[in-house]
Amino acid sequence: MDWVIRTFSSSVGKKSLMAVTGLGFVGFLAGHLAGNFTAYLGPAALNGYATHLHELALVVKAAEIGLVLFACVHVTTGLLLFIQNLAARPERYSGKKWAGGRTLSSATMPYTGLLILSFVLYHLFEFRLNPPEPTALFAFVANYFKSPLNVTLYAAAMLVVALHVRHGLWSAFQTLGANHPKYMPGIEKLSILFGLLVAVGLGFIPIFFLFAVNHVAG
Amino acid sequence: MSARTINLTLKIWRQRQGEKKGAFETFEARGISTDSSFLEMLDVVNENLTLSGREPVAFDHDCREGICGMCGAVVNGRAHGPEAGTTLCQLHMRHFQDGDTIAIEPFRARAFKVIKDLAVDRGAFDSIIQAGGFISVNTGSSPEANSTPVPQENAEAAMDAAACIGCGACVASCPNASAMLFLSAKVSQMALLPQGRPEAAKRVLGMLRKMDALGFGNCTNERECEADCPKEISIAHIARMNREFLKASFFSKEK
Repeated sequence: MDWVIRTFSSSVGKKSLMAVTGLGFVGFLAGHLAGNFTAYLGPAALNGYATHLHELALVVKAAEIGLVLFACVHVTTGLLLFIQNLAARPERYSGKKWAGGRTLSSATMPYTGLLILSFVLYHLFEFRLNPPEPTALFAFVANYFKSPLNVTLYAAAMLVVALHVRHGLWSAFQTLGANHPKYMPGIEKLSILFGLLVAVGLGFIPIFFLFAVNHVAG
Repeated sequence: MSARTINLTLKIWRQRQGEKKGAFETFEARGISTDSSFLEMLDVVNENLTLSGREPVAFDHDCREGICGMCGAVVNGRAHGPEAGTTLCQLHMRHFQDGDTIAIEPFRARAFKVIKDLAVDRGAFDSIIQAGGFISVNTGSSPEANSTPVPQENAEAAMDAAACIGCGACVASCPNASAMLFLSAKVSQMALLPQGRPEAAKRVLGMLRKMDALGFGNCTNERECEADCPKEISIAHIARMNREFLKASFFSKEK
């Protein structure tokens, strides 16, 4: 067991934990994205999707347990790396200029990560702890997005998620050693594309409800 | 082509030997030839300081040909200055304008202690090399060159990694002060060649643990190292090192 601890407490070991759990979240996000897209198709589609999902209670439960475990690993390892990286340069530069490698996304990972954590907790509190009936989900969401605060919060959170994923996705492949001249350019593009998909696809849901649904309804 | 001369204002980090704190000091450098290198410009400044009875600025240098890895400072916020693929000694003053203000400070990292002014102790790199950056072979007459075939592609990639001069710019420019680019170059140059395979697992684990113990940061794939590396070492070597690490950790007998 000694070697397991040594492996995962090393710098590359911790990064590998971040990469594997991060890719798990990307998978979840892709699924959540596909499911939420049914909202654009109207009440029947979204409620139908929710009903089907509830029929898979066992699978959902397993996924939930997995995601919570992944979150624990991702958050604690991420915080540890963040603190260690700050400590690795006690005296800062007076005026550091970046050479062009860094992106807004890569430079803000710990901060966007913590913002996402707080949003996820809030989001779970709003939608998971007091869940509506699956057949009434569309109405529930429509009502939820009557509040401009909820609309702004959700849309802003999706921008933050997009920013986090844009660096996280390709970075996970690099960390796990999957950097190949044939595939890496594609993976980098996929990261940007997935980030955009999250920002636009999910970010527009509250705006869709605010203007298209609630405006027409009332 | 006739040489121009330019006048500069230099803000140089001064830190006395043995002290933990330092501060910027401003100097005027007059009549600097644009044909001179950055280090030659510092030589002129030091000559004037010496003549006026003041302490010259300590800075690291050796070959001044861009191949030894001894020189280096953060110039205007960039390791080895603003030019790509250039060591500080190969940075020429023609890249600066008359009247420019140039800020010069040492490479900063917990694992790199400032000895004095711009001179930095990069002995941590030596410790990492000692932890596995070698191959064990019996000495003797040189073996027949083609007895161990090496694919051209691998030889080229190993050579690209071996271009690392161990200057420490990757650590200096990394937002996390990580030494992963250096480490990956040293692991890659041997992992790619048959002579390096027997000790590959032991090497990557030993060197990585040493790097962690020395207080370098963790890589977060910011790519700043690659952009500032005077030998333009690619982060593809970091990915190779990560593969070597995972292979060594999970599939070798090495603990």
